[in-house]
Formats: sequence, structure tokens, C-alpha cells
Amino acid sequence: MKEINYTIQDPLGIHARPAGILVKTLKQYKSSVTIFKGDKSCDMKKLLALMGMGIKKDDNVTIKIEGEDEEKCAEELGKALKEMF
Amino acid sequence: MQVATGKSVLNGIAIGKIKVYRAPKVEINADLIEDAETEAARFDNAREKAIEQQNTLYEKAVVDAGEDSAEVFSVHAMMLEDDDLIDATKEIILKQKHNAEYATKVAFDNQAKVFAEMDDPYMKERSADIYDIEQSVLNVLFGISPEAMQGTEPAILVARDLSPSETVRLDKSLLLGIITKEGSSNSHTAILARSMGIPALVQCAEASMDWDGKEGIIDCYNSCVYIDPAPDLQKSLKKRQDDDIKQKALLQELKGKDNTTIDGKTVKIYANIGGPSDIGLVQQNDAGGVGLFRSEFVYLNSKDYPTEEEQFQAYRHAVESLAPKQVIIRTCDIGADKQVDYMNMQKEDNPAMGCRAIRICLTRKDFFKTQLRALLRASSYGNLGIMFPMIISTRELRECRDLLKECTAELTEKNVKIGEYSVGVMIETPAAVMIADELAEECDFFSIGTNDLTQYTLAIDRQNAALDPFLNIHHPAILREIKMTVDAGHRHNTWVGICGELGADLTLTETFLRMGIDELSVNPVSVLPLRKTVRGLDLRNPQEERLY
Repeated sequence: MKEINYTIQDPLGIHARPAGILVKTLKQYKSSVTIFKGDKSCDMKKLLALMGMGIKKDDNVTIKIEGEDEEKCAEELGKALKEMF
Repeated sequence: MQVATGKSVLNGIAIGKIKVYRAPKVEINADLIEDAETEAARFDNAREKAIEQQNTLYEKAVVDAGEDSAEVFSVHAMMLEDDDLIDATKEIILKQKHNAEYATKVAFDNQAKVFAEMDDPYMKERSADIYDIEQSVLNVLFGISPEAMQGTEPAILVARDLSPSETVRLDKSLLLGIITKEGSSNSHTAILARSMGIPALVQCAEASMDWDGKEGIIDCYNSCVYIDPAPDLQKSLKKRQDDDIKQKALLQELKGKDNTTIDGKTVKIYANIGGPSDIGLVQQNDAGGVGLFRSEFVYLNSKDYPTEEEQFQAYRHAVESLAPKQVIIRTCDIGADKQVDYMNMQKEDNPAMGCRAIRICLTRKDFFKTQLRALLRASSYGNLGIMFPMIISTRELRECRDLLKECTAELTEKNVKIGEYSVGVMIETPAAVMIADELAEECDFFSIGTNDLTQYTLAIDRQNAALDPFLNIHHPAILREIKMTVDAGHRHNTWVGICGELGADLTLTETFLRMGIDELSVNPVSVLPLRKTVRGLDLRNPQEERLY
């Protein structure tokens, strides 16, 4: 299992369009991707659920990636987070 | 004639027949179905068709309104692929045996409610996106084509509300304007209308279905719509619309271009404005900044002395919304032809030569300091210039600067942040021209107020039409004064602009540029015509006629 910790920098938080692109990227991997914020969590491959987390600027999130392609998936996700959020 | 008001989304005028846009009426029943698998497949088909449509709308919106405004449709397409939303809908079909229309409505409405109940205003608004995609799926299921609602004649559409999808689907060649009963000026629909350049009025509570087929005019400058307009009103608004169209063509041609002559000389072109409502005009006309922001509006629109806080908010708004562009605010220029009751000014026999502008301010220092503190506080929000009017001596300028220092000390004591700002003097009396060298040593810029300079130089009252035969606005005396001011300013690294009406006089543009003027500040609508003139000049050619 891989784990990523990240603090959101984008003033709008995790908003619709980049979230959609992120979900599309993650769907290419077999690994399961779960995002945690406080006591809430959701499957990061689901756009509406991800948006429903209401993740804002300065929120600290933890993401757990588990599966056969977790190395590559985590690497790609890390890059995407830095670029978009 | 009926007049109804609303909120303007874009400055512009639309004239034409009104067409009421009725959202497709669909009736959804809770009927059960037998073949749930087929019904689920029907939903999937409709959903895929809706995704295709959203992708098409995205492409259309990129062309009509630009990438930023189009994004909403690519988000819609992605939302339609959401597993949770698909599963929830299919569960209602497969487990409860409901029809696809009913299932779509229930599942999508639920998702919309989740967003509507979130705290974050951005996420709250996403519920509108869900309703929008719900409508798209339902339209496919019912076989409704929303395009048909628009009719086939060019018209102003009146609707209760329009979703972004509906707005972009509209045939632009038939769309003269939009009026909605609901909607906000920040909705996606409003943003789309704005970027498509379509005059639109939202929150028009009186909008009525009875308007269908009537003649109408949307006047976005006054945030209203006229139904069955009177002929002379129609004529004057038609003229305004024609001017707008010309201006737009000019903008298309010149927006973002430099104010540079063929031989490479550049001049700053700024705008003169009289209040916060003009800020949009500065942007629309692509002015490089504000060369004269008349602060009188804070005094004239008030029944009593405006407070420091009121003034600060107004100045901050201007400076902040135009940053990083420079905004030059002229301090109080009350007196002469501009009077306010609460100031209890003594009646004067010759107000033009009387107690006005800086003379009032330096007499009533507490009153002046209120404005200076408000300006200093606003300085940290953008690029501010503070300009003093009617200066005739270095003593006055020094007094102004001393008061600025006093105010700075008072604010710093209270830990109020003050940004950088520049200080300028309006050159509007022959005296100021004569001592321009001394003034230039103590300020950052000059702005020549040609209206007052003309009246004080020629001793001609500019309000008195009987003197017109004696008035030559291109009098060599005025032009020489301008040249003297430019030279004096440049000897001391002080830049020099013109903010009076002569600045927009295109027959003088070449003369001003040859003099070395650094900035011309004109009415917002004159910015682009002036840019066009500047770009057509070649100062390597000899000037045909020397005017001074």
C-alpha cells in the first residue's frame, strides 16, 4: 500500500473540472484509491463523492492506494495533485 | 409602453420581437415497468447521448464564449459518468421496477440536494449542474429537442430561467437578447451570455408570458427592458446600439494592442471616470489605467460628510478591481460649479475664482484629512496615484504633502498598512504652468486639466455660450502652456499627462505626441478611437501645420 499526504493549495479547493480530470486519470489504474479528510473518506474514482467531501484550501488529506499498479498510480497521482491543487 | 427592471449582465442594447421560451413540459409518472433490464439499457443510452451532447456543447461554447466559460460542459460530461449516480439510478429501475424517467429524476434530484446542502457556496452552486444534466437525460428520454423552443425568427428570449446547456444550445444568429425572471448575475448562464456578448437582463421579476410577440428593447446600461417602446426612445436607443456595434468592431481590432506610433513612440492612454459604476467601462474599453478618478461622487451622493470608512471602501474597490493598473484619484474638487448643501459654503460673486478644490481642503483640514486617510488606506490594495487639484504654489503642494505625512503617522500608529503610491498635481492655472519646474521637483506626475486651464488663460467662462465667437480651444497660448509643462516636468523626471477634454481631441494627438506628452486620459469610450489615431501616426514625417 502507498500513502500520500497533501495540503490543498488551490483557493477553490478540490473543484469540479480538475477533480473530473483526476478521476479520469485514476480510473486507468486497477488499484483502489481512497481519500481521507478527518473522519470522512471516499473512493477517489468517484467524482460526485469526491466533490461531496467539500475539500477546501489548506485542508490536509491522506490518500491510500492499494493494488498491483500502486507504485505507478501513486506517482501519477502525486504529480497531478501538485499540478492541479 | 411598459418598463420593467432587472440586473444587467453586460452593457449593451438589444432591440427586437420578444419570444417567450417555455421549458419543455414533461410529466413524469411513477409507473412500474416489467422489463427492468431493457429500461436500464434505455437509461444508459440516454445518458450516453447526453454525454455526447455535453461534449458537443463544450466545443460550441469554446468557440462562442471561450475555454473558461466552456468548462462547465466538460464537467457535466464527467458527472454523467459518475458511478454512484449511475448505480443509484439503475437501482431504482432494477430493484423498484420504476421507469427510467422517474428513476433519473429521483436519483439526480437526490444528488442535487447533497450539493445544495453543502456549506461551501461553490459546491452549493453545483446542484444547478446536476439539474442541468438531469434535464439533458430527460430530454433524450422524452425525445424533446430544446432547440425547438427558440423559434425561427431573430428574437429577444424571455424565460423563467435558462440553464447553461439551454443557453449554449441557442442559435446565436437568432438570439438578440435574454431576459430571465430568475438567475443571478454570477450564474453560469450570465457568464456565458457575457462572454458571448449577448445583452442579458436577469432577475427581471415583472417578466411576463404576455410579452410574447411584442416589440421590446433591453437597455442594459439602465438595467431595464421597454415593452412596446415609444418611437423616439426606440430611435435614441437604436443610435446607442449602433455606437456600441462600432465600438465593438474597434475593440475587436484594437484590444490588447499598444498605443504606439508607426515609428515606435508609445503613449499611455488612460480613462477619466466619475464613480465606481464606471470601473467596468475602463476594462471594457481596454484603458491602461485611470488618469482621473473624480472623487466628487463621494461628496455629491451624500447628505452629510462622507465618513473615512465609506470613502475607503469606494477607493479600495476602484484600486483593487483595476490592479495592477494605475488609478489616479483626484482629491475633493468641490466648489465653483459643484456645490453640496452640508458644506455650508459662503455664496461667492465669482465662484470660479473663489474658494474651491484644494483651497477648501487646506482651509478645512480635518475634512481633507478624512479623505487622505481613506486614500492612504486604499493604497495597499493596488496602484494608487493621489492628485491635488487647483494648485497655484509650491507652498500648497508642500502643505498637502505634510498632511499626507501626518495622516500616515496617524495610521501607522494604529498599525494600518499603507502601500506605495505616487503624488501628482493638476496643472490647471497659468500660475501652475509658470512654476511647473518648482512643482515638478516635489511630485511624481502632472496632469493638465485643459478645461480650467483654458478658462483661466483666456479669461473666458466656458459655460457662457455668448462667448463662443471668442473661444478658440486650440489657442496657441494653451498649446504653448502644455508644451512648457511637458518640458518642465521632463527636466525633473516627472511624467506629464492631459486629463482635460483636449486629450481626446484627435486633431491634436500628433501635436501632443510631438511635444512628448506621456499620457492622455480621456472618456472611456474615447480610448480606442485615440489608440487607433496614435497607431496611424508616423512622427518621422514633418508635421503639416504647426499649431503653436
